[in-house]
Amino acid sequence: MGMTSLHIANARIVDPAQGRDAVGDILIEGRHIVATGQVEAPADAQIIDATGMVASPAFIDAGIFRADAAACLAGGITRVLLMPDQFPPLDDPALVERAMRIGKPHVWVHPFSAATNGLAGEELAEIGLMREAGAAAAATGRSGIASTAVMHRLLSYSRAFDMTIVSHAEDADLVEGASATDGETATRLGLPSAPAIAESIAVARDTRLAEDTGARLHIRCISTAESAAIVARAKERGVRITCGTTPAHLLLNDAEATDYRSFARLSPPLRSETDRLAMVEALKDGTIDVVSSGHDPRTQEEKRLPWTQAAPGMAGLETLLPLTLMALGGDSAYSRLVEVLSSAPARIFGLPGGTLAEGAPADVTLVKPDRAWRIDASALAHPAANTPFDRLPVTGKVSMTIKGGEIVYKA
Amino acid sequence: MKAPHTSRTPVPDGAHPFPHDHLLAIEGMQPWEIGFLLDEAEHWTTHKQRGKQLRGLTQINAFFENSTRTLVSFEIAGKRLRADVVSMAVAASSVKKGETLLDTALTLDAMHPDVIVIRHEAAGAVQLIASKVSCPVLNAGDGRHEHPTQALLDALTIRRRKGRLEGLKIAICGDVLHSRVARSNFHLLSAMGAEVRAVAPPTLMPPAVDRLGVIPFTDMDKGLAGADVVMMLRLQQERMTGAYLPSPREYFHFYGLTEERLAAAASDVLVMHPGPMNRGVEIATSVADDIQRSAITEQVEMGVAVRMACLDVLTRKRRGIAWNGKAWA
Repeated sequence: MGMTSLHIANARIVDPAQGRDAVGDILIEGRHIVATGQVEAPADAQIIDATGMVASPAFIDAGIFRADAAACLAGGITRVLLMPDQFPPLDDPALVERAMRIGKPHVWVHPFSAATNGLAGEELAEIGLMREAGAAAAATGRSGIASTAVMHRLLSYSRAFDMTIVSHAEDADLVEGASATDGETATRLGLPSAPAIAESIAVARDTRLAEDTGARLHIRCISTAESAAIVARAKERGVRITCGTTPAHLLLNDAEATDYRSFARLSPPLRSETDRLAMVEALKDGTIDVVSSGHDPRTQEEKRLPWTQAAPGMAGLETLLPLTLMALGGDSAYSRLVEVLSSAPARIFGLPGGTLAEGAPADVTLVKPDRAWRIDASALAHPAANTPFDRLPVTGKVSMTIKGGEIVYKA
Repeated sequence: MKAPHTSRTPVPDGAHPFPHDHLLAIEGMQPWEIGFLLDEAEHWTTHKQRGKQLRGLTQINAFFENSTRTLVSFEIAGKRLRADVVSMAVAASSVKKGETLLDTALTLDAMHPDVIVIRHEAAGAVQLIASKVSCPVLNAGDGRHEHPTQALLDALTIRRRKGRLEGLKIAICGDVLHSRVARSNFHLLSAMGAEVRAVAPPTLMPPAVDRLGVIPFTDMDKGLAGADVVMMLRLQQERMTGAYLPSPREYFHFYGLTEERLAAAASDVLVMHPGPMNRGVEIATSVADDIQRSAITEQVEMGVAVRMACLDVLTRKRRGIAWNGKAWA
């Protein structure tokens, strides 16, 4: 049996890793891309007419809490970086190996190992062994490591393997008991809140520790202007730091909590409008490297509660593309979109993919960039599809997802 | 016969004096709606203390957080209107799961009450329950959010003593951060045209409180200057020492209401406290017991009248009484 060939014809190919944004064809043979641009397709190749569509390397979602395969593929995502906050936490090489099998065959899960045993923030986990087992990085989990000494040692130790440390940046003391950001909305609603500097204090600390140790640090989600400024300055100094954010932190502000809409309870919490606008700027100017859905779906039992008792988190895989597009302000910024959703996460975490270069894995997402639709939580592909974006009209829809040369999703 | 209207904010033509199904918060209420409830409450203070409005109706008081005064006040208010009053105290610890909270709401609803009074330690919990039951819900305090009947009884007390709310300088002092009483009062008194001040140490002042239309003061003497009304808030025992404040002694020194401090206020200043008081911590005994200036026991009395009015107004629809544009019929 010969290798199957796929011939994607007449697509707008956006591949920032190669600086490409032009109409052309892609030829896939077996599991790999063999040619891009002008291609000589064999006669028996399956032709996919992609006229009017954008073809890009499939998306890589960096920092999700649950690997829902169907939702990933519907969102154009073929690789996810899974947070270690699982049951049990991924603090053992065997658990990392098992986590890698969750999404197979179509979604490849690249776990982050727990940075500390049980994610308790006290003892270093076997991050080296877990790296050998396949962990893409070591992460602090849903919360940061409160002890500066432990964080310092963790970053220092990670250098032995040049392993990236993914941190959650919130000062544990300042945010204790809080479920919102200080501000008018929290005060009106009577919500226990913490100042926004709870984040930038942690960003500043972890940045300085990374600078001092020479370690590679990725802050999973920043959400304030001050955090962005700290990261930008650190990058100028040559600190090995990258950061991400989520569509919610780019598009929503703390006023979403009005009427105690617990679907808008997230971690880190939604911030002021000033901070939100700074996030959009930081996304455009390159301070923010990665946009991740932060996919953390919650059941009705966890969300249909008074705000302070509801669990933070939202579903995000299927809405990652249109919401990021909205934050970037339309498809003129498509190249930047592919950068933050695919090329950058592949580069930062050393994953295959993130490009359509010859020889790259044939992980391709086809998108109809002008297709208008409405987010409908009840139609999302996973059982706990809580999203604060329900009923929002958006533009840009995944039309086809190809993983390893196989069409795994078709709208 | 109705009591003569004393409100300075009459219901405008075409408006409904109280179009709400529930009483969940003061925020968002129109001045004439507040004025209407105060006028209704006035009826229960001046004319007679009892009525038959709720005869044959069932009132459930579901208190998920400990309370003595408010619970008793609601019980008496319901009984004076001939309601069948049932009170259930649900220990906060047994209701940690929200499923239980909503299930409790559905269970209560299945008993077909005609009005439910709820107190809960989580902000927004009463609103959540109200969305699940088919009878009027009265918020008796939810977390740090609101305590609407407390603000109404405070306003009634002030209006009876001062003849008005509009234009008064009212200082609300103490642990504003954790206080639902303060929040409800901010909304009510600002809506009625008073100048509202929040006086608190910086650690007990809510963020962005000025956005609620109140003037923040961290210096109590400045906050009290020329005040017509001084409303003290209770300082919870667990906040007297530790991270918020160094000690009760230091708190009393800078934020306790004393005779000397009160001298900066208007000569006919009215002193209020929602109770229970910590004498010697937030208020000096001599001030609390000054019959001329202190309205603290009167507040308790007004509480019953206000709750009778709220129970009456909220159950009118079920009793087949509607506003026809001019009167209730």
